[in-house]
Amino acid sequence: MSEIIIFAEIDGDGLHSTAGELISAGKKLAADTGNVVSAALIGGNQDLASQLISLGADKVYLANDDAIQKGVADAYLAALHKICINAEPTVVITSKTPIGRAVGPRLAYRLGSGIAQDCMDVSVDGDSGRVTATRPVYGGNAMAKFTFADKDPQVVIMRLKAFEALEPDSSRSGEVIEFELSLDDSDIKSKLVETVKEESEGVRLEDAAVIVGMGRGLGGPAPFSQLEELAKIFNGAVGASRAVCDAGWLDHSYQIGLTGKTVTPDVYITVGISGASQHMAGCSSSKNIVAINKDGDANIFKEASFGVVGDWEKVLPAFTETARELLES
Amino acid sequence: MSLNIIVCAKQVMDPETPLSAFHVDEAAKRVLPAQGIPPVVNGFCENAVEAALKIKEAAGDATITIISLGNNFVMDVMKKPLSMGADQMILIQDPAAENLDALGTATVLSKAIEKIGTVDIVICGQQASDWDNAHVPLGISEMLGMACLSEARSIDLGDGTVTVASSRSDGYDVFEAPLPCLITVSNEIGEPRYPTLRGIMQASRKSPETWTLNDLDLSESDVSPVLTLSELFIPASNRQCEIIEGEDDADSGRLLALKLREEKII
Repeated sequence: MSEIIIFAEIDGDGLHSTAGELISAGKKLAADTGNVVSAALIGGNQDLASQLISLGADKVYLANDDAIQKGVADAYLAALHKICINAEPTVVITSKTPIGRAVGPRLAYRLGSGIAQDCMDVSVDGDSGRVTATRPVYGGNAMAKFTFADKDPQVVIMRLKAFEALEPDSSRSGEVIEFELSLDDSDIKSKLVETVKEESEGVRLEDAAVIVGMGRGLGGPAPFSQLEELAKIFNGAVGASRAVCDAGWLDHSYQIGLTGKTVTPDVYITVGISGASQHMAGCSSSKNIVAINKDGDANIFKEASFGVVGDWEKVLPAFTETARELLES
Repeated sequence: MSLNIIVCAKQVMDPETPLSAFHVDEAAKRVLPAQGIPPVVNGFCENAVEAALKIKEAAGDATITIISLGNNFVMDVMKKPLSMGADQMILIQDPAAENLDALGTATVLSKAIEKIGTVDIVICGQQASDWDNAHVPLGISEMLGMACLSEARSIDLGDGTVTVASSRSDGYDVFEAPLPCLITVSNEIGEPRYPTLRGIMQASRKSPETWTLNDLDLSESDVSPVLTLSELFIPASNRQCEIIEGEDDADSGRLLALKLREEKII
């Protein structure tokens, strides 16, 4: 039976949070195509393979090789390529993580097949039986649907959190296949020299459930502390628009947008952000957007679910104080 | 020994185009050029030019060649990398190459790089702000069998090797690869420099070479698509914004927090 292979990444000692999401994406396609969903677990162990099965994988390729170095795309690519040559999957799904977005495309080009990046959704085209991928283009100004031509595998890179992982269920059954890789030195051109951790205070933007966004409308760097105070109430993080970072008010590591980070918090509270498409490209998948801006015509109000049109200097302290009372009560 | 650096650069619609000027022809499945707003060189591609210039300054002797695949090139726009200090430019333009998918685009660009000859480093922006694919450069590296390091925030040239740092969510990773190597860069590599008056004068005297598919020994069938655009539309905002109005701004702020609590958002 034809397969859909998902690339299950490892994070520390466990599965990466995207592994379950990709299985769910694979299962959506499998429901229409009758394919099995297999997970390629490269550099993992039996325990992680069992976890993948409990998340819904029908089959796990457990592939190990001494040449696999964490964080180096070349080795994962060579391994996934070998698994694909052997299994001839119709679809390969990777996640838009640093490794997934390097491995997925290179695999597609290596096999001469098509690739759709940063997908929000996937489905099966009723007429052709081929995969249709939905993804934002032009910085999120437009949405596009791409349909794969008749060349396998169809390679899809999913945006993080586009699908929800199933609840793990240990009664699910599946097959674990130990896959012999025998990677060659020539498969791996680059090597990881070092990993440098940069201390950042508090929660990382990418992990934050609540983000407070700082816009040009705040007029200068000083209000940062007020935004930080609000973010702290929710154990959240502060992000910023490009204008704020370009002006030097905040470091570029705070930048959300097309030329910055893509974030998917539960709540994104924007203060003085106009909502230029450049910026929205990095935050449009937020579950809820809240806007505080003095310009009622600003684009941000087209994206937000709740908002206040007013002077942030008066709105924000009252908002922060009330939020604090509500969360403490 | 002189270093050969190639930078791929793309002409795109200005990403700062206001939404009111952004229109899609849904039937033709294309974005209409914004009236009165000239295109620009893709932002990350300008970062790539900047990275190449820095390498050239450090190495002393290097030739930077810009290649671009596109149509309706606006010469004043496309010459910017030359005014920044690049040495030469090749524009690839062909009616048969106007609607290529990413695989076709990578095929054309890698053929062009092969035609240029010995290459040490290919530098590209990590993604273009029109189709946001972020993978054509990776495809070029596969087709040319080059090492590939992506999303660089710094590049250091060694003896036959290159060292690149790439940002991660909690810091950065440092990679080393042998030359020739393809590197994609993020905006963290540094702001593109402004062209100097001298640079603009020099660029004005240079005329880019123009190549067609024929010059690259490619025919239309070599670049047939594996991915087809089936729909293109401006997403209808399904978010209806509820504006909270209190007696004054502070009251609005208070009511906003209460509302978010009521809706279980906070």
